[in-house]
Amino acid sequence: MPESSLEDKDICSSSECRTPPLRQFSQSSLPLHRKSYMLSTFCTEQNVQECQSHINQEVSSLGLQPVWTESGSSSEMNVVAVLNCMYDLIQMHRRGLRSLENMEVEQLKSSGNVDYLQLTSTRLKEQLELSKRENTGLLERERQLQLKVKSLQNCLKNEKEEVQKLQNIIASRASQYNHEMKRKEREFNKLKERLNQLLIDKKEKKQAIDVLNNIGRADGKRSLWKTEKTEAKHEAEMYKALLSDYDTRQRELLLENAELNKVLQQMKKDMVSILSSKKPILKGDKYQDDGAQADSEDEEEVFDSSKESVELYCVHAREKLTNSIRLQWRRLKSHVERLDSQETHKEEMDRLKLEIQQCKDFIQTQQQLLQQQLSSPCDEETASLLSDCYMLQEKERLGDEWKTLEEQRTIFERERRNFTEAAIRLSHERKAFEEDRATWLKHQFLNLSPFPDSKKPPMSKSKSAFLISETKASATSAPEKLIRCPSGTNLPTPGCVPHTSSTADLYRTLCLIPENGATKPKRKSDHAEESGVFFNGKAPVRHKQWNDSEEHSSHTKEQNSSI
Amino acid sequence: MNFSEVFKQSNQLCKVSPDGKYLATCVQYRLVVRDMSTLQILQLYTCLDQISHMDWSSDSLFILCAMYKRGLVQVWSLEQPDWHCKIDEGSIGLLSSRWSPDGRHILNTTEFHLRITVWSLCTKAVSYIKYPKACQKGIDFSRDGCYMALAERRDCKDYVSVFVCDDWHLLRHFETETQDLGGLEWSPNGCVLAVWDSCLEYKVLLYSLDGRLLSTYSAYEWSLGVKTVTWSPSSQFLAIGSYDEKVRVLNHITWKKITQFEHPATINNTKAVVYKEVERRPAVGADDLSLHNITIGTTLFNTQSKYEICPPPVQIPVVKPDPDRANPKIGVSTLAFSSDSRYLATKNDNMASVVWVWDMQNMSLEAVLEQCSAVRCFQWDPRRPRLALCTGNSKLYLWSPAGCVSVEVPTEGGFQVQSLNWHCSGDSLILLVSKYHLLGTKCVQKHYFKTL
Repeated sequence: MPESSLEDKDICSSSECRTPPLRQFSQSSLPLHRKSYMLSTFCTEQNVQECQSHINQEVSSLGLQPVWTESGSSSEMNVVAVLNCMYDLIQMHRRGLRSLENMEVEQLKSSGNVDYLQLTSTRLKEQLELSKRENTGLLERERQLQLKVKSLQNCLKNEKEEVQKLQNIIASRASQYNHEMKRKEREFNKLKERLNQLLIDKKEKKQAIDVLNNIGRADGKRSLWKTEKTEAKHEAEMYKALLSDYDTRQRELLLENAELNKVLQQMKKDMVSILSSKKPILKGDKYQDDGAQADSEDEEEVFDSSKESVELYCVHAREKLTNSIRLQWRRLKSHVERLDSQETHKEEMDRLKLEIQQCKDFIQTQQQLLQQQLSSPCDEETASLLSDCYMLQEKERLGDEWKTLEEQRTIFERERRNFTEAAIRLSHERKAFEEDRATWLKHQFLNLSPFPDSKKPPMSKSKSAFLISETKASATSAPEKLIRCPSGTNLPTPGCVPHTSSTADLYRTLCLIPENGATKPKRKSDHAEESGVFFNGKAPVRHKQWNDSEEHSSHTKEQNSSI
Repeated sequence: MNFSEVFKQSNQLCKVSPDGKYLATCVQYRLVVRDMSTLQILQLYTCLDQISHMDWSSDSLFILCAMYKRGLVQVWSLEQPDWHCKIDEGSIGLLSSRWSPDGRHILNTTEFHLRITVWSLCTKAVSYIKYPKACQKGIDFSRDGCYMALAERRDCKDYVSVFVCDDWHLLRHFETETQDLGGLEWSPNGCVLAVWDSCLEYKVLLYSLDGRLLSTYSAYEWSLGVKTVTWSPSSQFLAIGSYDEKVRVLNHITWKKITQFEHPATINNTKAVVYKEVERRPAVGADDLSLHNITIGTTLFNTQSKYEICPPPVQIPVVKPDPDRANPKIGVSTLAFSSDSRYLATKNDNMASVVWVWDMQNMSLEAVLEQCSAVRCFQWDPRRPRLALCTGNSKLYLWSPAGCVSVEVPTEGGFQVQSLNWHCSGDSLILLVSKYHLLGTKCVQKHYFKTL
């Protein structure tokens, strides 16, 4: 019993009881099924009631039947209830323990699972890693294979192209061969035909030469027989020709060689002089080196100058020259490189800058002068002169030509005028002559006739005719005068105004109307004669001529010519 | 520039005598000899048939007229007009005829290249040379006239025979390492003989006068090879034009290639001057179409042309040849050195309207002349570096280092310059022109003589 009470005390833990011992009890409640605890201080004789109520509460909260009923009776407990309660509690406890065991088992299981899962996950991670690496490796391989494929495709393309080219070559060669074959076949056929023709042909035309007389050789010599001597001579001549050719070539090469040698020597001397002149600028330690080299250079120089001729033919000397040049060149190169790093090129730069400035100034002045020339001329004369200066020569020539043309024209005009005048004069004279003839005939006739009153034909007529012809001439020349006023005329009639007489006078003078009735018939006959003489069917034109104040020179020409 | 009148000629046979004093033209079966300075007719000879070939002897005293159809050759003397000579080849036929360098022997190549007959005018003697080869250039005389090289083919092998022209003595006879000999040429100094293979193989062999092989040159294999070979007048260079549109120049000391000239379709070279011919057709207004103008015809149909300088890059027109045909029109076919060996003029067949001028001193391109139509003929002045060329129209073109000029040849319209030849003095040019009558069916060729 004390044990159970102890246990009860242990179990009941409520807030109403003293907490420290209860806490103790709750903490030690777990391994309860193993241990049997010693007495607890839950229930004492003093707090039995409270304990009872507390335990009742607890039990009822656990869902069990209350062990203590408030019946107000004595502190006698229902033993059956208590035992039942205790049995229930023990069952509960056992159940709890069992569930705890199960849970522990499960926990173990789950932890085992967890471990297992962890293991598998690490394993899978490793596998994943491995497969990733494999994948990259495969990708790399694929890329390389792609490259290879591309290069192989390129090769294939090249090969195809080459094959194509070779095929083209083959095709062209084949066509060439075919062409040649056809040509040969054609020739062969022609040959066969010719052969047939020759076999059939009875009379064969022989070869022959037909020369009037033999002509001498071109060089005038007699032709020689073919003998061994001539053959030998030919051979000798051939070799002579070849040898002379080789000789000339060798001479040329020698000359070239000598020149090149000279150039190399000169180059070497220049390089040596350049290097030696730079010596003072060099620093101390370098000077020593160059000094040592300078000695050898001097030695070489002495050697070279004395044995120049030998050098041309001696292989060793040639090599020495080229080697020494190479050496000098290397030195010069290094020297130049050194110079570049130094600041000795500053003065060079300054000099160049100065030069540039000078050039710029020069260009500026030039520009200014050019501007001056182009923009404003100094004075009008020169401007007018310069304005067409490019064409001056041509213009002068043109002026000259115009002048000559003008002169020629004046000459021509003058001549034409002279000609017209001469023609007019001729016409006058002819007319006068005709007149005289007519008068003379008249005279004769009149003399012959018995009539005493033979009228002497008035000389005035011819005079008037002359006058009229003069006026006519003046009239014809007047238009010309009008046209060419500046040119002088040498006609007796002055003035540029056309000198037209009255129509009646004209008609009269032209013997178209009778002057007096007595002379009518004669006049008529004369008139007819004269008209026959004068007017060759151009009478109306003439009249028109006189009616118009203007006339063309061509017309006058026509008239003059008709006269 | 003065132009003379047009004289008739046929078959493009019009040659100046080697001494430059006389001009011989053939019209059908007549041979007309004129004085060069006055162009008066000095002699007139009549041959038995239409003349196929005419040539002067080296001393300008004799002229040979060959009539291939009849197999006849007639020789005329300038000094003695009544002297006559007739060579009849008989039934064996005649393929070509030429003078020997001494002017006293005539070499006739019979039909089918059966043999070469050497006729002597001094002794009436005959000699025969067997197995001549039928190739591009099978015979060549050295410049001094001493030796003759002849290509032969026996038993499917090529040989070269060197004869002494004095008495036709066979000096050397050697086999060449060619598959199919295409041609041979003496160097101007007469000491080296260049021999090249046919176009199926690129091979150029150089033989010394005594028959030793000096050197072999082969630029590439398999493709079509050499098209043309030329020596420079100084014998220093040997220029080889090939089907790959390049010119390779060998030097006479090592016989190795010293440079290579290419003919690209785009010129980027800034140092070369590119001259392009530009044609200007005169604008014809309505009032110009008077009868006067049409009958004259010059203003309507003749186009003015001048040269313009094109800045690089310049595109050259290229004509692709038919790949199935033999002897394709591609590659450098014409090479010419100027007389001082300073310049080399080349023409590439698939750029037929372009002439390239190369400077041999700098080994670079000097000038490019692009014409409006295909270049027919070009030739250097024998005295100075001046190039004359013609393209089959009525113009003459001249290039010199100072510049380029296009000259209209004054004709009555319709004349086309077919070829040209310089006079040996370099003062005049002989232009061979042709004119096609619009109504007639025959083409009348007239030769045109021009003085510079």
